Amino acid sequence: MTLWLILSVNSVTLGGLLFLLSAGFSLIFGLMRIPNLTHGSMFMLGAYLGVTCIAWGFGFWTAALLAGLGVALFGAVIERFVLRRLIGAELAQVLVTLGLSFMVADACLMQWGGDPISVETPPLLRGSTAMFGLAFPTFRLAIIVIAGVIAAALWLLLDRTRLGAMIRAAVDDPAMARVVGIRVSHLFTIVFALGAGLAGFAGVIGGPILSVYPGLDQDMLPLALVVVILGGTGRLLGSLVGSFVVGFLYNFGQAMFPELAYVILFLPMLIVLVVRPQGLFGRVTL
Amino acid sequence: MKRLALALALLLLATVPYWIGNSYYINVATQMLIYAVLALGLNVLVGYAGLVTLGHAGLFGIAAYAGATLINTGYGHIVVAIGALMATLAATAMFAVLALRGTGLGFVMITVALGQIVWGVAYRWISLTNGDNGISISARPSPFGLSLASADAFYWATLVVFLIAVAAMAIFVASPFGAAVRGTRDQPRRMTALGYNVWLTRFLAFLFSGFWSGVAGLLYLYYNQFVSPQTVALSSSAEALLMVIAGGTATLLGPIAGAVLVIIMKYIASAYIERWNFVLGAIFVVIVIFMPEGLVPGSVRLWHWTIGLLRPQATPVLRRESGR
Repeated sequence: MTLWLILSVNSVTLGGLLFLLSAGFSLIFGLMRIPNLTHGSMFMLGAYLGVTCIAWGFGFWTAALLAGLGVALFGAVIERFVLRRLIGAELAQVLVTLGLSFMVADACLMQWGGDPISVETPPLLRGSTAMFGLAFPTFRLAIIVIAGVIAAALWLLLDRTRLGAMIRAAVDDPAMARVVGIRVSHLFTIVFALGAGLAGFAGVIGGPILSVYPGLDQDMLPLALVVVILGGTGRLLGSLVGSFVVGFLYNFGQAMFPELAYVILFLPMLIVLVVRPQGLFGRVTL
Repeated sequence: MKRLALALALLLLATVPYWIGNSYYINVATQMLIYAVLALGLNVLVGYAGLVTLGHAGLFGIAAYAGATLINTGYGHIVVAIGALMATLAATAMFAVLALRGTGLGFVMITVALGQIVWGVAYRWISLTNGDNGISISARPSPFGLSLASADAFYWATLVVFLIAVAAMAIFVASPFGAAVRGTRDQPRRMTALGYNVWLTRFLAFLFSGFWSGVAGLLYLYYNQFVSPQTVALSSSAEALLMVIAGGTATLLGPIAGAVLVIIMKYIASAYIERWNFVLGAIFVVIVIFMPEGLVPGSVRLWHWTIGLLRPQATPVLRRESGR
């Protein structure tokens, strides 16, 4: 029983991290029609930048924000100067993101070396919190809260602001959005930077749990892909549900069938593809 | 003229071990041929069918893993070859059924995910694949009593397979089936209206492509006598795709030139710097941004003019918009 509860908390934690990662991925795909294969690299780059910021003496949360901003800036630069040149050639954009992901991965290896780097849990959140007569690691609970807050903020942004209305319009019908005067190309930069920044931020706050190592990008990207294929693109709800499904499958799969955890993870994706190719809550068909 | 050039090329290829001499470089040539077979197979899908896949290293790797497992169980070379290729075809059929649910970018995403599943199995399912340590085989098999242990002998064996692959591609391109595959790439709706089963045509093209990837995978296993998760990593799929794109998609000789080019770059890059992945990524970015039709098309056009063997296609794959 205790094991199940702890596994569940871990699953929700991973689900929260995955939501931060895949919400951006899903928005970028929904808006720009790019499966952004650098998204795993953004996560890893954020984590490494966070490590460096912490080494410079910044606090954990400041480091997470700085790393998120840094990665957002990096994303904006990529969108503005690389992807913008290739507008209309979607396949070329995918291949460029793939090439960039290799470059980022190798640059990180050069800069930070091949050994895994562990990130210290911030002092305030060390130890455990007692709930329902059981002790849960406080930091994991904090991640769940943060993911919840960001999910709510993203929902407010998309559903209640002018910018959000413009983004939703551009996801549904980019041509019509242009006609009514929305600068869709500006939205591209904003959404790409936002998605990258969220991924970078997630990389830092995931650091104490996952640690930072070369290949982290390759571990996270498929998870984001599964979440998006499962939940559907261009929709927050899809990312949210997909993230938690993947979080649970990954943790329970690893506890029960360690050798097959990775395969189990992909099974629901395959089922969804066969039954409902646009994903559970998808707006845009793949 | 065409026949003369063909005969000359054959003679040149067949005598490589004599005029190179050094077994290190003969092995490099062997690798080029192996990857050329993979690139030829991939080109069926990427070039002729217009379906860009990033999961092909998975199929290549499944053949290698299946072959290694069968060899270590003690089967003879014929069973090994047939078994490994059957396993690859079965996996290809599964890949195709799932990936063809999406079109364009959806197809790319699904193949990435499928390729990563194969990687996950190779890396994590330790009782089957020996995890990160990979599987080694003790020696190359000797089909029909011919020893393939020496670099020269293995080069010639690979060359024979390579030539069969090229011939198969030439027949494929000229056949009605090849025309149908190109038709489903350029005008899927019109093909449907004409009574073609677009899905089935793509499915068969996928199988044909997967078969040759499997052949290349088996050669790779025999050459290295070792297979590990690195073989099926996303970067391997990207490398294979780079070969096809760099050489010019949907041409007969493009993928071969691409394979030669990428292997040369890989050897040069790894001789001077340790950063092959960085170089690979950078080449990708540069080619896609500045030379979308591939590095070779200039020379391809020249060849076409002189030999008439090549059939460059109208739209380079990178500039084609996927159907929205």
